[in-house]
Amino acid sequence: MSRAALLLALATAATAPAWVWNPYHLHTLIMAGIFAVLALSLNLLLGYTGQLSLGHAAFFGIGAYASGLTTVKLEWSPWIGLLAAVVLPGAAGYVIGRLALKLRGAYFVLLTISFAGCVSLVSVNWMDLTNGPLGLPGVPPLEIALPGVAALSLRTKAAFYYVVLAAVALSYLVCLALIRSRVGRALVALRENETLAASVGIDGTHYLVLAAVVSAAMAGFGCGLYAHYTRFVSPEVFLFTYTVTMVIMVVAGGKGTLAGPVVGAVLFTVLPEALRAATSWQWQMLLYGVLLVAVLFFMPEGIVPAARRRWSAS
Amino acid sequence: MDQLLQHLLNGLLLGATYSLLGIGLTLVFGLMNVVNFAHGEFYTLGAYAAFAALSLASVHFFLAIPLAIAAGALAGAVCERCLLRPLRGQSIDTVMLVMIGVWITMQNAELLGWGGVAKSVATPFPTEPLVLGPVSVAPLRVFVFVVSGGLILGAHLLLARTKLGRAMRATFQDRETAALMGVSIERIHTVTFAFGAGLAAAAGALLGPVFLLYPSMGDLASLKAFSVVILGGLGNFAGAALGGVVLGVAEELGAGYVSSGYRDAVGFLMIVAVLLLRPSGLFARAERVG
Repeated sequence: MSRAALLLALATAATAPAWVWNPYHLHTLIMAGIFAVLALSLNLLLGYTGQLSLGHAAFFGIGAYASGLTTVKLEWSPWIGLLAAVVLPGAAGYVIGRLALKLRGAYFVLLTISFAGCVSLVSVNWMDLTNGPLGLPGVPPLEIALPGVAALSLRTKAAFYYVVLAAVALSYLVCLALIRSRVGRALVALRENETLAASVGIDGTHYLVLAAVVSAAMAGFGCGLYAHYTRFVSPEVFLFTYTVTMVIMVVAGGKGTLAGPVVGAVLFTVLPEALRAATSWQWQMLLYGVLLVAVLFFMPEGIVPAARRRWSAS
Repeated sequence: MDQLLQHLLNGLLLGATYSLLGIGLTLVFGLMNVVNFAHGEFYTLGAYAAFAALSLASVHFFLAIPLAIAAGALAGAVCERCLLRPLRGQSIDTVMLVMIGVWITMQNAELLGWGGVAKSVATPFPTEPLVLGPVSVAPLRVFVFVVSGGLILGAHLLLARTKLGRAMRATFQDRETAALMGVSIERIHTVTFAFGAGLAAAAGALLGPVFLLYPSMGDLASLKAFSVVILGGLGNFAGAALGGVVLGVAEELGAGYVSSGYRDAVGFLMIVAVLLLRPSGLFARAERVG
């Protein structure tokens, strides 16, 4: 049952541009894919290490600016920009992880919020570098230049859809490899009982920092793609709303599962768009808040684990 | 020199309201172990309640403040009764996520109810500044400072001297023993949370006329409150009162001498520095955290 559903979902995802004619609907799917990458990255921390990072906006903000600045100001290839969008947030994740992961619980959350706040203020105030609130327009689209053949632009929505789909698959596989490895087992052990894990020789800070680096790099990757897709970067990427949206995607989808964040991301990008005709943006955010509370009350483990249990029971 | 005095005075006046914001949050955290991310929303609620009382019911300014406090406390009591009580015994992270949900819900409800346009509150105070030697100060700010100080002192006396305060402290030190002594545990939880929310609403009602009212004003207030609480040490009442003044002065000096664009960064940097270097707060005895 579960396998059939998975195959159906994969087939649907792979053929989407063929039967989704409306460009706006395709745009929604692309955004769902980008959010899936971001939610997967947040899930590494929230789901597998149990640490809630509310500063995730900082990492994807750094990713977006890394890509934007290297391509707009230095005029480097967008692919190098995308690489910078992985490397720089990863490095920031290392520094912040080293500092913040000495702390746990509320202290960790507050430190991550403060970090995101600082980075956001820098993006608004450092006019010379970031162009301040005006943002950076003209981020180039991704292109594939094959030797001997004309450059293949990935500017169309259908082409970009496949780029994003590949990115989601890559992120998923990176998460899967990490979780199945020694690192993943160490992370889960730390989440369940840190003292016990330490007593069998698991170096907590080492593994948590590793998770933070991978998570930050993945978040940067997702937002680097976003920058090349919308071709514009502004301090809006730091909006707390995005972090909250990702937290809801992970918690509602099922934290600590790999399918959960993807399901959450697709659901919470497509559903609001479907409701857009009926409701305004404020209502949508209001519903998000109510929904977060409702999920925690009635389905605390999330949609995917709950659905799995139902299937295995029947 | 005069400029420095002026900055220090502004910092002190601003800091008192930060203290008021901080003690409500530190009480709820220290006593109930709830990380209340919706604290700033009770602040916003207080500000809008005062605005509504003034402009819609046209009550007197001095009456609008107690009304706002009552509205905040009532909302806090409802929130505790309906959301926190069923979650008693759940992990602190689950409760934190629920409070984040409450925060988003309340903020967007305010946005729907009042619209996104900033509102200003009229006060009976003259706008002409009082000149005291080398420094000058707006009469409204003096009023806000005095009321904030009075509320902080009142909160301290309530906790330290009254039977209710003793019951509150006893409940959160040892629930079973407190219950055996005849303290109604559930009621104390509700009262404590309502108390913290009421203090936040008071800060909102007082600062609303100083600044402008807008639905997301609570975000900044939450940030300040958390900075203050961390400066003072989580759950440390006197630390929060002092921490507010430290933050207020640091912000004024930062905005005055460095760059006003980075005013709010002062709070962030203080959180980072204190958490990394002295995680139990500036004024606490050494204690393990986290």
